Formats: sequence, structure tokens, C-alpha cells
Amino acid sequence: MLKIEKMHKTFGKGTINEKVAIDNIDFNLRPGDFVTIIGSNGAGKSTLLNCISGVFPIDKGKIILDGKNITRQPEFKRSKFIGRVFQDPLKGTAFDMTIEENLSIAYNKNSFRGLQSGINRKQKEVFREKLALLGMGLEDRMKQKAKLLSGGQRQALTLFMAVISKPKLLLLDEHTAALDPGAAKKVLELTNRFSKEPGLSTMMITHNMKDALQYGNRTILMKEGKIVMDISGDERADMTVEKLIEQFEIDNDRMLL
Amino acid sequence: MLLTFAAFMGSLEQGMIYAILALGVFLSFRTLNLPDLTVDGSIVTGAAASAVICSIGGNPLLGLLLAFICGLLAGTVTALLNTKLKIQPLLAGILVMFGLYSINLRIMGSRPNIPLTRSDTLYKWAENSLHIEYPKLIMGVVILAIIIILFFFFLKTRIGFALRATGDNEDMVRAYAINSDGMKVLGLALSNGFVALAGGMLAQYQSFADVTMGTGMVVIGLASVILGEAIFGTKSLLRRLIAVSLGAVVYRLIIAQAFKLGLPTSDLKLVSAAIITIALAVGAFGGNFSLNSLFAKKEAK
Repeated sequence: MLKIEKMHKTFGKGTINEKVAIDNIDFNLRPGDFVTIIGSNGAGKSTLLNCISGVFPIDKGKIILDGKNITRQPEFKRSKFIGRVFQDPLKGTAFDMTIEENLSIAYNKNSFRGLQSGINRKQKEVFREKLALLGMGLEDRMKQKAKLLSGGQRQALTLFMAVISKPKLLLLDEHTAALDPGAAKKVLELTNRFSKEPGLSTMMITHNMKDALQYGNRTILMKEGKIVMDISGDERADMTVEKLIEQFEIDNDRMLL
Repeated sequence: MLLTFAAFMGSLEQGMIYAILALGVFLSFRTLNLPDLTVDGSIVTGAAASAVICSIGGNPLLGLLLAFICGLLAGTVTALLNTKLKIQPLLAGILVMFGLYSINLRIMGSRPNIPLTRSDTLYKWAENSLHIEYPKLIMGVVILAIIIILFFFFLKTRIGFALRATGDNEDMVRAYAINSDGMKVLGLALSNGFVALAGGMLAQYQSFADVTMGTGMVVIGLASVILGEAIFGTKSLLRRLIAVSLGAVVYRLIIAQAFKLGLPTSDLKLVSAAIITIALAVGAFGGNFSLNSLFAKKEAK
């Protein structure tokens, strides 16, 4: 599915601020995998996702998605196969456009964008039907602008937009960190549901170790640009938050929350 | 002392042309969220192209088409400077505007102005061939209406959605497989295309093109956008487009009235700057802008 070979990324090369963000990582994602990623601040989690999605070009290595080498592809081209949700709820939608207009942009991700009408009646019905599944009443607010939504509603909408065009890979960068606990739970449950779409693999960064072990089928821990733990199956089922802290000397208070 | 009827009509006729300029500025300033200073240059490019065609006896409509194409090119250059060479948008616009001065002179055959008093123009055609009252104004209204409708439908297409979203949130559009750089090129090209079209029409309306006529046009465009939105509202896309157009008309009327009341021509720029500042302030404070709210804030301190 996704194959990363010897990926390396250094920021500020040759300056006093030089920092190795990704240190020769090899990583293999199987179809249908739902990987949770943990690690303290600056471990390279977000950089890993940003390198995969093409926000940053990588210094060395290869990124292969579904048998296709995408290492040199610009960000917007990779987006055809990759859905993304950012930490900041403001980043995921066009705030001055309506909910249905935002959905149309997401829905037409893989079709030609020309002078066709932005949304037609048939699409509106599809959107309404699917939005109802979110259980947030958004289906009755399709003509409202995205800026009127709460953080939780916006993140739910963004998540929905990220999967509506059936990507192969879903990248979630702490997408519940800015939400209140109730909204975070709701968005996580939606994430769990969407991740079961056939043919979709998911990578989710979280600061909540309990969530990291509870959701998905595989967990990796990053430290100083390396993957220092990669567990799945029985090993993961036996893992607890306490054991994680003990084994990997995690001293980040925020991760305990 | 109010405007005479003739002066009032003149302001309305010009307003229809400046409304096209305002719509062009709207496309870059509001839709793409990029304040573009190319306008001061590209409007002259449009005027020059249109005047040259008219002065050699060409079809005035061909002149306008050529003006539009010249504007497209000018906007494309600004956008490429911004997206490919990573020059800040304001600076990219200034550079192109600066360089266009020489190009405009070349188009005009190294003359600082081209008179069209003896040439056919669209407005002379309207006066002679349209057997209606106020032919110049009616023609201006019709052209403006067509352009507003084009804008409305374009901004409602898939590619229009992509353009609007690029101005709202660049990170988001790239995540949805939209080439944000390409959208900026498209937006700035179209924006300057319409600005140049307005320049072409202006040259035919006033029967001359002058290489210095562009000075301050970007400010007039911005003033029209801001004034129109503050007065007529932004509720829906169509209303917003009409508001921006009416803003240009209102601006022309204010300026004409100010001159009538004895404003020295040399003070025009200061007055324009003041109008924009007031309109921006009204926009920022929304409907709650009143003297009371100002005093209330002072007391609270």
C-alpha cells in the first residue's frame, strides 16, 4: 500500500538551527491498516505525514503509494489519493463558502474541474443523505457558510470531506487536539467508522496514548525522527499506557492526558 | 449645490465603466485575497490597445477584445512572478505595473496620448445608431449586466469554486488536488483582463488614451469594492457583485459632487484615501459603528 524507503529530512541544513526531523525511516503500511502514531513534541510525527502528503520535499529516500513512486510529485497531485485532516479546524474548509460548496470541492477531487455547474441537484441529494450519517444536523444547514460551524462540527465535516472521494490513504494530524472532550470523542468515533471503508489505510497522530491503543490495529512510537516501536496484534492488545511510559521513558505530561 | 443633470448622467455613464474595473479588482482583492497593484498599469494597457485599434480605423469591439487579452497577459505575468519566483504579491504587482509603463508607450507608438476625436468608437456608434434615450448609459448598463452575469455563473462553476477556495484557504485546496498556483494565475489573469477591458472602454468613452491615466486606478477599484460592500451588503454572491458595481457608481457620484462643491482637483487623492478609510472602518465595525460605541470605548479605558 504505502511503502517508505530510507526517508530522510533535515530542516535548516547548514545553519545553527539544523534539525534532523526524519532519520532514515523505513515504513510499510498494509491495505486497511489503521496506524496510530505517538511521540513527544518534535519527534517527527507531523513531519512524517507532511512528507508523505508532499508539503515538504524529502532529502533522501522513496515514497511509494500503491506501487507508484510519488516521491517527486507535487502536493496537489498526491492529494488525489490522499485525504487529510489538520489539527486546526480552520484549515480544513473554505470558511467563506457554504457547506455544500465545500463538499462539492471535496467530492469532485478526482474529476475534471471545468465550467460545469459547481453543484447539481443530484449531488445535493447525495450530500444531504451522507451528511445525515454524521448525526450533527448539518444536512439541514447545507447553505450556511463553513465559518458558522463549531470546531467539532467543522472537524467532522473535514473528516467527511477527506473520505468522500474514496482516497487510498487518510492522514490525520492530531485532528481532535483542538476540540472539547465531547466533540473529540464524536470525531474519533467517526474516524473509526470511516477507517473501515474497504481499501482505505489510515495514519493518525494523537497525543492521547489511551486513544492510540484503543483505536486502530497498529501503533508506532516516534522519537528523534526514528520509529522506535511498532506494535500490532497480541503484543498491542497486551500493551497498556503504563507499560508504554515505563518501557519508553516517556516524560511528556501532555501525553498522559 | 447639486450636480447638473448632464454631469449626473456623465457620472453614471463613467460609473458603468468603473464598475467593470471594480469587478476586476474584486476578483483579485476579495476572491483571491491578493491585493494586486498591476491594475494601475494594466488599465492603461487596455486603453492603449483599444485606442490604437480605433485610431487606425479598426472595429472598436476588436479593440476591446484586444484590451482584454492584453490584461490577461499582464495579470499572468504578475501571477507567475508571485507563484514561480516567490515574489510577494504586492511587489510582483508593483514591478509589473512599473514595467508596463514602457510597454504601454510602445503600444501607443511612443506617443504619450492618442486622441480618438476623429475615430469610430463604441460610444459614438451608440449615439448614432441606437435610437433610444440615453444610449451611452443604456449600453453601459447592458455591458455591465452581461459581465455581472458572467462573473456570477463563473464563480458558481467547479473551477470557480476552486478559485474562491484558493482565496479562502490555500492549504485546504491543495489537500483537494487543486493547483493553488494555477488558480492564482487564472484569477489574476481574469482580474486584469476585466481591468484592461474597463481601460479600453474608458479610452473610447472619453475619446483619448493617455499613458498616465492609470495613476490611482487601483485605489478607485478598491474604494468601489469596499464602499459598495459596506453600503449594499454581501449577503449572497449576486448581491455582492451588484454591490461592488454600485460602489463604483456611488464613488463617481461622490467625487463629481465634491468637485461641484468646490473641491480643488489637486485634493482628489486625499479625499479618495479618506473615503476608503471611512468605508474600511464602517466595514470593520459592521452595523455597530456609531459615535456612541466610540465614546463607550473611551469611557471603558
